[in-house]
This record gives sequence, C-alpha cells and structure tokens, in this order.
Amino acid sequence: MAAENEAAQHGMSAGEYISHHLTYFNGTGGKQQALIDWGVINYDTLFFSVVLAVLGGFVLWLAARRATAATPGRFVGAIEMLIEMVADQAKGLIHSAESRRFVAPLALTIFVWVFLMNAMDFLPLDLLPNLWAGAYAAAGHDPHHAYLRAVPTADINATMGMALTVLLICLYYNVKIKGLGGWAHELVSAPFGTSRNPLFALLLGFVNLAMQLIEFCAKTLSHGMRLFGNMFAGELIFMLIALMGATWTGLNAPSVFMWLGHIVAGFAWAVFHILVVTLQAFIFMMLTLVYVGQAHEGH
Amino acid sequence: MNLNATLIAQLVVFLLFVLFTMKFVWPPITKALDERARKITEGLAAADKAKTDLSLAEKRVGEELRRARESASDVRGAAEKQAAQIVDEARTQAAAIVAAAREAAEDEAAAVSQRAKEELRAQVAQLAVSGAERILRREINAQVHAELLSNLKQELS
Repeated sequence: MAAENEAAQHGMSAGEYISHHLTYFNGTGGKQQALIDWGVINYDTLFFSVVLAVLGGFVLWLAARRATAATPGRFVGAIEMLIEMVADQAKGLIHSAESRRFVAPLALTIFVWVFLMNAMDFLPLDLLPNLWAGAYAAAGHDPHHAYLRAVPTADINATMGMALTVLLICLYYNVKIKGLGGWAHELVSAPFGTSRNPLFALLLGFVNLAMQLIEFCAKTLSHGMRLFGNMFAGELIFMLIALMGATWTGLNAPSVFMWLGHIVAGFAWAVFHILVVTLQAFIFMMLTLVYVGQAHEGH
Repeated sequence: MNLNATLIAQLVVFLLFVLFTMKFVWPPITKALDERARKITEGLAAADKAKTDLSLAEKRVGEELRRARESASDVRGAAEKQAAQIVDEARTQAAAIVAAAREAAEDEAAAVSQRAKEELRAQVAQLAVSGAERILRREINAQVHAELLSNLKQELS
C-alpha cells in the first residue's frame, strides 16, 4: 500500500498525512494562508484540468472527425450516444434552437470534463503525489514540500470557476433574450409582482431585487459547492481508507485486520464512487441547462 | 478551501474548452447524426416503395400469364378446328375421287357391253343370213336382199 509506504518513509502522523494530501502545489511551498489570495495559483489543479480538457477534447475531436452518416464503429457510436443524450436533455430544457447551438456543446463539455476530472479519484491516491515527490527530490528540493492534488474538482477554485462561468452565461442570456430593460424590469417585479401604488411598488421592487440577487448567489454557490463538496468528501474518504493500511506495524492480528479493511473498504468506496463521479458530472451538466433555461423564461 | 487565481484560470480554460467543442466536435457529429437519420428515413421509404412495386409487378405477371394461357388455348382450339376441317375436306375429296372413278368404270363397262352387244347383233345377223343362205342357197341374192338385212339389223339393235 502506497499510503503505508509513504507514511513509513516520511514518518508522518495520520493528521500530517491527510494535511499533506490536502495541500495544493501553488508555488508558495505550503498551504495558502489567506482565505482569498488572488496572487496564488494552484498549479496542480490547473495542470490536471488542462490536461484532461485536452484529452477529452482530443477524444471528442477524434470521434467528430470519424463521424459519418454510414454505420458508426463502437467508439464513434459511444460518443454519438453521449451526444444524443446531451442533445435530448438540452432540447427538453432550452426551447430556443439558436441558444442550443451554444448551450448544448456547453453541456457536453461540462459533462465530459467534469467526469474526467472526477475520475482522477480512481487513480491510486498516492500514485501521482509519490511520482511528484520523486521528481521534486530529483530536482534537488525537499520531497516533504512536494505537494500535489490530482482531483481538480476537489478544488473549490475549479468548481466555483465553472459555476461562475455558468452564471455569466446565464446573465448573458437574460440580457440577450429579454433585453436590458426587460431583464431590469424582471429583476424588480419578480417573483412577487409590483403594485400601482408607487410606495408599494418601490418596496416590492427592493424585495424582488433582493430575492433575485439571493437567487443568483444561491444558484451559483450551490452549483459550485455541490460538486466540490462531493468530490472533496470522496477524496477525503479515500485518504481515511488509505490510513487503515498505513497502520501496518508488522505481521500481527490488528495490522492484518486493518489491511483487509483497507482492501474491502477501498474496493467498496471505489465502486460507489463510479456512481458519484458520473452522477455529479451529470448533475453539474443538468443544473447548467436548467439555469440557462431559466434565463430564457420570463417570470 | 481557499479561493485564489486558479478560479479565473479555470474560468478561461472552461470557456476555451466549450468553444473548442462548439466549433470542432458538436457540429460534425450532429450533422452526421442528422444525415444518418435522413438516410434511414429514405431507406425505409425506398423499401416500402419497392414492396408496393413488387406486388404491382407480381399482379402484372399474373395478368400476363393468364392472358398467355388464354391465347394459347385459343390457338389450340383454332388449330384443332382447322385440322378437323382439313380432314373433312380430304374426306369429301376422296369420296369425290372414288365416285368419279366408279362413274368412269361404269361408263367404260357400259361402252364395252354396248360394243359387245353390237358385235353380237352383227354376228347374229350374219349367222341368220348365212343360215338362211344355207337353207335357201340360190334363191337369195345378197345384193337384192341387202336392204332387207340392214332393216333386220336395225330392228335387232
């Protein structure tokens, strides 16, 4: 077990092991101190998300290049099934065919990308960090400070970045479909309506605007936080499972028991995680479609 | 969970990936799917058309076959009739020939018997004359009595 090796090698406590695994490679040589620091960038999140975007884009492009009206092969057929699934969902939620030309590919991108980023959880927990630590040591640095997190969607920056993009797209469609005036009118008149009495109209306007702003914030936050929370928790549980094997002290009953527990729990959680990975990618895609669809509809 | 500039970078990467998908992935695949759907619809329509064409052709073949059978039986009937006619004609012709032959034979037989009768008559007359000569010898002059003999001959015929 890799976790056990690393813990043994570095003589880490369980807390140190988990904390080490939860620290990003951000160029500062440790944890980010401030809650929000725009001068810091998580290279690992960025690297893996870009690599996976390129990989996913390449696979999709391969299928697109080989797609013809003739009988498709298995690979092209699989990608086509995916695209038909996304196209059906988009058709059900967004009624403007012109918007779908952008939003349907957007949904496909989200599904593929989020799925790939989530699926990084399936790699052995210590595989990439250990390789990175080896490379770091080979480059003459202290391997104790070689931090690496392989699952981009367990980084709130990645999920909130995507959720904010979706928010921007929603705002764009609000303005595009309803016009700037129409949307401004909706902001102060929905969901509670307005009144003929100017005083009440003003009051309702404030309440409506507040509701709308809360709605946008809540939608975006829940969108990004849901994915982050699920993947972060999943990763954390993989770490805890890895710690069971890390308690190995030699061939004795407790060690063997924990080692078996590691295998059983690790297998069970990995299997369950197949569902979580796919489902979260699907949910992120569906919420995007729902939000963009709402931007098309007047209240 | 600390926010930092990764968020902005992720936003940019996301948009780039979406643009890539929108430009290079989505249109060719959906185009191929639509094209295939169109082809399948056309194929089904063609199959339907072929089926109706086939049944029409089968109907026409049956019709032709029936007509051919009819005309064949017509031809056979005509041929039989003609054959019977030919046989009839041959039969009447043969009968006519036979009748003619019989008539000719009868005519000839009649002529022969006539001739025989005449010869016989002539001989009877001569015999009668010679008999009478023997009986009468000198009393009868042949030249004197020639008229008498000729009359006798006339009477015998």
